[in-house]
Amino acid sequence: MGVGIRVENLNAWYGKTQALQDINLNVQANHATALIGPSGCGKSTFIRCLNRMHETTPEARVEGKVKIGEHDAYDGTSATKLRRRIGMVFQKPNPFPTMSIYENVAAGLKLNGYHDRKHLDEVVEKSLVSSALWEEVKDSIHKKSGASLSGGQQQRLCIARALAVEPEVLLMDEPCSALDPISTGKIEELIFELKAQYTIVIVTHNMQQAARVAEYTGFFLLGRLIEYGKTEKIFTNPSDKRTEDYITGRFG
Amino acid sequence: MANHALFRPQMTGPQPVAGEKIKRQDSPLLNASDGVFADRVFAWAILACAVIVLAILVLIVWQLVSRSQLSWHAFGWKFFWGQDWDPVNDHYGALPFVYGTLVSSLLALIIAIPLAVGVGVFTTEMCPRWLRGPLSFTTELLAAIPSVIYGLWAIFVLVPILRSYVQPFLAKTLGWTGLFEGPPYGIGMLAAGIILAIMIIPIISSITREVLAVVPQHQREAALALGATRWEMIRIGVLRNARAGIVGGIILGLGRALGETMAVTMVIGNRPEIAKSLFAPGYTMASVLANEFSEAAGDLYLSALIEIGLALFLVTIIVNALARFLVWSVTRGQPARARA
Repeated sequence: MGVGIRVENLNAWYGKTQALQDINLNVQANHATALIGPSGCGKSTFIRCLNRMHETTPEARVEGKVKIGEHDAYDGTSATKLRRRIGMVFQKPNPFPTMSIYENVAAGLKLNGYHDRKHLDEVVEKSLVSSALWEEVKDSIHKKSGASLSGGQQQRLCIARALAVEPEVLLMDEPCSALDPISTGKIEELIFELKAQYTIVIVTHNMQQAARVAEYTGFFLLGRLIEYGKTEKIFTNPSDKRTEDYITGRFG
Repeated sequence: MANHALFRPQMTGPQPVAGEKIKRQDSPLLNASDGVFADRVFAWAILACAVIVLAILVLIVWQLVSRSQLSWHAFGWKFFWGQDWDPVNDHYGALPFVYGTLVSSLLALIIAIPLAVGVGVFTTEMCPRWLRGPLSFTTELLAAIPSVIYGLWAIFVLVPILRSYVQPFLAKTLGWTGLFEGPPYGIGMLAAGIILAIMIIPIISSITREVLAVVPQHQREAALALGATRWEMIRIGVLRNARAGIVGGIILGLGRALGETMAVTMVIGNRPEIAKSLFAPGYTMASVLANEFSEAAGDLYLSALIEIGLALFLVTIIVNALARFLVWSVTRGQPARARA
């Protein structure tokens, strides 16, 4: 089951440039939360702070508090442990090209020290089923490489790979921006089903997508969280003028 | 979802500007020559370049084959299995040289691969930025040292160290394997393997560095986001993706090791015998050619040396073909972009 996320006074920098300023946000467990905003507004940086991927960028720095469930993400323990509880799907599908479909999905489990063949078989099938890819690839999971799939299939493979370790939170950084409308539709359906079991945070440029899949929406602008609330409210009756301007297409 | 709170601002597109009319002119390029002739000349010229390279190769093979006929008729296939190299009685067998070349190169690879790949991984993945430039520059500088200098260095520095410290230690700890026994001369197969390793490290490590640098960042992030440690990230997100390129670098290094003449000749001991121990002196194909070609009296002697040249050529081709097959077999079924 998913857990909630509490973010308090989060600041992030790339070198001397401040990318996030005083973000405070509560993400509800087992719901989908969408983050929207123009390019460069900090929404990707924000979700990269949640699983501490931000600090892998040279000269990047974070201050503030992030709680994943009861666990403090920045309490000095290893980022590796934290990332094993949080799945992440990137903008560009990035399966491991030298691994088969099976190995791709099993990669996270193997990192966690699971090598029991039967257990792996089960988890791989389950993950591919829940990422709605199983039917399309079940005959060739050992034969085909992860890179031989189509773009949309690759992205679902990446979702399966993230789900295989049974994370509590699933972060998605513009997961559909490299995909065609049909693949996008499939991924959105998938998000809809997955949010029953996982807490999902999705960054998107596509406002309709945010409206379709998410119960909560946050609007970022210039490194600040301008407005956060129920998706319906954000899109129909935003309380901030800047949010209104953005969602009506007046800028961005 | 309906947006009732909003109104659309009036927006007009670009408007025509009043002023001078632009006159239409024929493009000056329409009158230029279409370049078909030049294109054809270029095509022939580059075809000639390609053909010349092939022709040189064919000439070399033909020369080696035709001039080794005498030895071929005298010994046949036995030339390659014979262990005797006896110019006095005009009896020649090339096996000790083939053995020496293969063993010294293999030894060089065993020593060089982990070191070179380690250097490559360190410079791309872990090295602080300010150290990256100097480090790769110095590794590449190793490749620019003439091989006779390597030979001299080996004789004056490496061999004494081997003789007084390394070989006694190896004999004591690993002597039971039979690979490290006999008197520690310093000079011998081990010295040749080590000097070859030092010479091929820059080749392998610079190619490794380059193929690692083109592994897309998103592969590293994919591994990290799964909770990989830095080493696991390098293993599954970087090395795995670059392995075809790394093997390519190893092949280039191997090619250099097989053909290297000067430095090896100076330290291998130049004795045409097959010994199990790596301390024993040996001989390579390239070294025997360099040492004996100028003093080869007698047609059969000369012909035998040329046949060794042919054998070296064949061994190099076979090793390269095997290595290429290896690359092909690990990259099969992958899209081209994964092939670094």
